[in-house]
Amino acid sequence: MNNNNSQERAVVTVLGSDKVGIVAKVTATLAEHNANIIDISQTLLDDLFTMIMLVEVSDLTNGFENLNEELEAIGNDLEVKIMLQHEKVFRYMHRI
Amino acid sequence: MLFNTGEILETVKMIESENFDIRTITMGISLRDCAHPDIEVLNKQIYEKITTKAKDLVEVANKIEKQFGVPIINKRISVTPISIVANACKETDYTSIAQTLDKAAKEVGVDFIGGFSALVHKGYTSGERNLIKSIPQALATTDRVCSSVNVATTKAGINMDAVLEMGQVIKKCAELTADKDGLGAAKLVVFCNVPEDNPFMAGAFHGTGEPETVINIGVSGPGVVKNVVEKIPDANFNELADTIKRTAFKITRMGELVGQTASEMLGVPFGIVDLSLAPTPAIGDSVANILEGMGLEYCGTHGTTAALALLNDAVKKGGSMASSSVGGLSGAFIPVSEDQGMIEATKIGALTLEKLEAMTCVCSVGLDMIAVPGDTTAETIAAITADEMAIGMINKKTTAVRIIPAPNKTVGDEVVFGGLLGEAPIMKVSKFKADKFVHRGGRIPAPIQALTN
Repeated sequence: MNNNNSQERAVVTVLGSDKVGIVAKVTATLAEHNANIIDISQTLLDDLFTMIMLVEVSDLTNGFENLNEELEAIGNDLEVKIMLQHEKVFRYMHRI
Repeated sequence: MLFNTGEILETVKMIESENFDIRTITMGISLRDCAHPDIEVLNKQIYEKITTKAKDLVEVANKIEKQFGVPIINKRISVTPISIVANACKETDYTSIAQTLDKAAKEVGVDFIGGFSALVHKGYTSGERNLIKSIPQALATTDRVCSSVNVATTKAGINMDAVLEMGQVIKKCAELTADKDGLGAAKLVVFCNVPEDNPFMAGAFHGTGEPETVINIGVSGPGVVKNVVEKIPDANFNELADTIKRTAFKITRMGELVGQTASEMLGVPFGIVDLSLAPTPAIGDSVANILEGMGLEYCGTHGTTAALALLNDAVKKGGSMASSSVGGLSGAFIPVSEDQGMIEATKIGALTLEKLEAMTCVCSVGLDMIAVPGDTTAETIAAITADEMAIGMINKKTTAVRIIPAPNKTVGDEVVFGGLLGEAPIMKVSKFKADKFVHRGGRIPAPIQALTN
């Protein structure tokens, strides 16, 4: 992984039934970890609440894995699925 | 947004509900520099080399899993065929080497270690003779060691002495592990045209043309392919092939990314992505279900071979566009006990050994994880193997036999191995003998296809 200068980005996906406070909790956690939100979009997919965020993860205060675990825990609390994945996953899979 | 929402959700769905995963990261390690006449010194050197080279493998794999959010199911090691490494030893029983491999595998935390292997397609060296004799005891006294023997190639023909001996070895492996339904035989494969860089077990070993260490990746995605196939029930074959191709491309790209990343993090060269569609016993993660999704009532009925041919070819075409380092077996696997759809098709009587044999002509491996009655003779197993080797030899492809003569079981019974190895109904074998044929001895000559120079 190239951790120097270059910007590293990750995608946060939230899937589940819509509830009060999902966005607030997720964004608060991202802010705590110093993950800057670059873009955010929300849609309904088959009645499922879907939020996708593109965040910058070059200067995380506590590392990628910790952020990942914390988001997962919030997901469990709110009964939604939250995933944090490096943007490379999507770039590789869908682009040449 | 810089990414298309549809693309992101497609990827997430593949992982969340379609069982998409990286099946294995396999680290190949050369053990050739461990050779020593004293087997104790050899064992010590093997243990040290493996536990040094692979010490970070599991940790790195777990890190990648977290970073990309893609499950990596197995971490494995393949080593130089032990018949080569141990050839200089005075000791002729190699069981202790298998036990050393097992210990090293447990120390570094990998699921399987492959390479208790020999290549005897043209004949035996003393090391290969010793190794093959040690296989039953080696597999009965270890948990994670896998063994393979290559008995045929298109260039050399079929070593029928080895085919017969392997029939006996398979029987013995099953007998020594009778309390576990013959599990020993499930960790042993007999090959024709074995690839040297295969990351999948039980057939993985680190070939002699490979570098000191290497990272090979095996992807898996029958569930993903099944879903896209089921979405287009009325599509014609062109459209069907095209859809599978596109999906295989995406799956393989993930393998490429994981391989590149692991290689970078471990400081070990990236070898290949094996783009095989490897099923698991999980519901829906089945190659049989893909074929059924194409319009067959059950896998194994007429039309199955054609459906599998289309699938296998489309997977290869899509995969080869996705990575410049495709290798290993790269096709669709049809291991009966590891594929819920195959298990069901066998139970209902749609899938038989004969049909499976035909299917192996057009897909990547061969008769894989097939349980047969415990009273099946070594000669019959050898004859089944000879048929499969002939298919590989003539068609210039890899074929393999992983067959379990389940002790004290017969048609109608089941064997249960658990985990990825799954469970299997006992399949019927022909009651007519081929004993005289397999006892002839010698080699079936290389076919005319061998004369390519």
